[in-house]
Amino acid sequence: MFHLLWLVPALPFAGAAILMLFGPRMSRRPAAWIGCGSIGVSAAISILIAWRFLAQPPAGGSYTQQLWTWMSVAGFQPGIAFYLDALSLVMMLVVTFVSFFIHLYSVEYMGDDEGFSRFFAYMNLFVASMIVLVLGDNLLFLYLGWEGVGLCSYLLIGFWYTDPKNGLAAQKAFIVTRVGDTAMALGLFLLFHQLGTITIQPLMQAAQQHWAGGSPYATAAGLLLLGGACGKSAQLPLQTWLPDAMAGPTPTSALIHAATMVTAGVYLIARTHVLYSLSPVAQTAVTVVGLATLLVAGFAALTQDDIKRILAYSTISQIGYMFFGLGVGAWTAAIFHFMTHAFFKALLFLASGMVITSMHHEQNIFKMGGLRKELPLAYWAFVIGGCSLAGVPLVTAGFYSKGLILWGALSSPRGSETLWALGVFGVFLTALYTFRLIFIVFHGPCHHKPSQKTGMTMGVPVIVLCVLSLVGGFVNLPAWLGGHPWFVNFLGAALPATAEGHPAFGELASEGLVSLALAIGLVAAWYFFLKRRELSEWLASTGLGRLLHRWWYNDWGMDWLYDRLFVRPVGWFARANKGDAVDLVYDGAAAVTRLGWRALRTTETGRVRWYAAGLLVGTVIFVMILALL
Amino acid sequence: MFALGLIGLLVRRNLLFILMSIEVMLNAAGLAFVAAGARWGQADGQVMFLFILAVAAAEVAVGLALLLRLYHRFQSLDADAADEMRG
Repeated sequence: MFHLLWLVPALPFAGAAILMLFGPRMSRRPAAWIGCGSIGVSAAISILIAWRFLAQPPAGGSYTQQLWTWMSVAGFQPGIAFYLDALSLVMMLVVTFVSFFIHLYSVEYMGDDEGFSRFFAYMNLFVASMIVLVLGDNLLFLYLGWEGVGLCSYLLIGFWYTDPKNGLAAQKAFIVTRVGDTAMALGLFLLFHQLGTITIQPLMQAAQQHWAGGSPYATAAGLLLLGGACGKSAQLPLQTWLPDAMAGPTPTSALIHAATMVTAGVYLIARTHVLYSLSPVAQTAVTVVGLATLLVAGFAALTQDDIKRILAYSTISQIGYMFFGLGVGAWTAAIFHFMTHAFFKALLFLASGMVITSMHHEQNIFKMGGLRKELPLAYWAFVIGGCSLAGVPLVTAGFYSKGLILWGALSSPRGSETLWALGVFGVFLTALYTFRLIFIVFHGPCHHKPSQKTGMTMGVPVIVLCVLSLVGGFVNLPAWLGGHPWFVNFLGAALPATAEGHPAFGELASEGLVSLALAIGLVAAWYFFLKRRELSEWLASTGLGRLLHRWWYNDWGMDWLYDRLFVRPVGWFARANKGDAVDLVYDGAAAVTRLGWRALRTTETGRVRWYAAGLLVGTVIFVMILALL
Repeated sequence: MFALGLIGLLVRRNLLFILMSIEVMLNAAGLAFVAAGARWGQADGQVMFLFILAVAAAEVAVGLALLLRLYHRFQSLDADAADEMRG
């Protein structure tokens, strides 16, 4: 069964190739069948492999499929090889499963678009790259998938390329993530140079053997890989590209910029967790980045008025939670949150796609309102997804995963009460912005009558993701509920368990306080944005309120700062150097040659007799020189 | 005789005379070879003259063909009229 593993990335890749070559001459129906079918079969194979993995785990808890050697240069032999263990199995399952439903949704959502087959070609290519990323057995192969998803992200953000704004957003995403990718490439060079291999498992063993705890190499490698993860996962300080990436079609935002690609950084850090365990500095950096991002993005989400931008900031904030979990050593909790986040965030994006379609592509939430009765399915999807995002206790998936991260932040030796409290404050923010969105869009007075109704092809994926957002957390029922932490135990084969420290209070108390923060956020959102809307407007119109609103609305001025710090100096330099200083050397050589030409051209009279005379004089001079010597 | 040919080449503007001057110069060189061969009793001089004869024949063939083309083009045999290629 495991030998079918190569088909999981190969099928979407084949689908992308067929759609790219023959897509333009294909009608919509076969294009949709190829686009969805390849992912569907690949998801089915993933499920078969997962079933086999659970029934009969391979020896050593992992399975490697070596297809061939990529290249062989002086001891450097990266293979085209897939590595399957508990961690990559979870990633692969979630990616293929969520992708399949989003593809299904796109068949209807993109139904009238001119670039229908092009869209599916890019999406299939994305899924293939993403699976290569999570299954890659060595860091170079992983990097291939890493850049592949970056390319697809660029192509899909700029999918509607006739609007220059979308093209600019795509370029921004590509360039900003490139900053992180450069750091990551440097990290790979460092690891190969120091440890002589790039295959992940031997590399991790070598790191453990050769590097002592706190070794500067481990710190440097960890920080460089963190740089790559920050770029891809839109963490501070490279988060600015993700809100603009919402220019792409909504299914793209759901798949790439919420559920899968942006969590690649989390996967990378979890995969190379040995480096972070060796280097407390790098791991602390992960904690700080995660915590800062989750708070910054939470505040920014509070002030946005574009429905997709709110969700984008909430994605940044939730990935911040995952980084936070990785940083405090709650590895399994972070991956758990990745899984539940993939479900509920994909759900929220798909539901927002329904809202946007029926509102004639209006994305401003203040122009919506009272849509509860008109769009019941989207409303309930938003309620379920929003509750899961905020972490409503007991019934939603988000509650269990976020609770586990926060419990890790309190109980692990790397955590502390302060970290925990800041994380809980993040829960309050999450509840506030989530329910602000729901109350403004679906409650209150109705401004616009929605027109279009959405069909079953869009409805089914939304319903499936609703169910998953509710029950997805039950795979890891905590002990205080009398459950069994099955998911954490399963991942325990690939990731170290969360260390036990001396928490100030128990898990039940922690969960209770988290729920309290959530309840406060919910009530505050209800009071300020539904019951007494004028109160929030008054708050935003005071001097300080206006200042903060503007500051947060513009993403804490990060774009402004980068514009001043990088974009403008580079632009100024480019303008100043329009003549290209280096070219002066070559221009000088050309000028000297031209001068010589001017001098010599006077001798070219075109008169044969002058040439003959010249020959004579030359010969005479030559003979004289010979005679004199 | 070589100098006579050279002067002819430099002062005459008629292409036909220039060609004839070149012939004179080639013959002068050939005569010098023959004379030198006779002086030092070696056959090389005469071999060389045969070469020069062949070269002169080829030169005249090409030269006359060029001359015809130039006459067609410029309606004149003046060498200085064909100075269109001046730099």
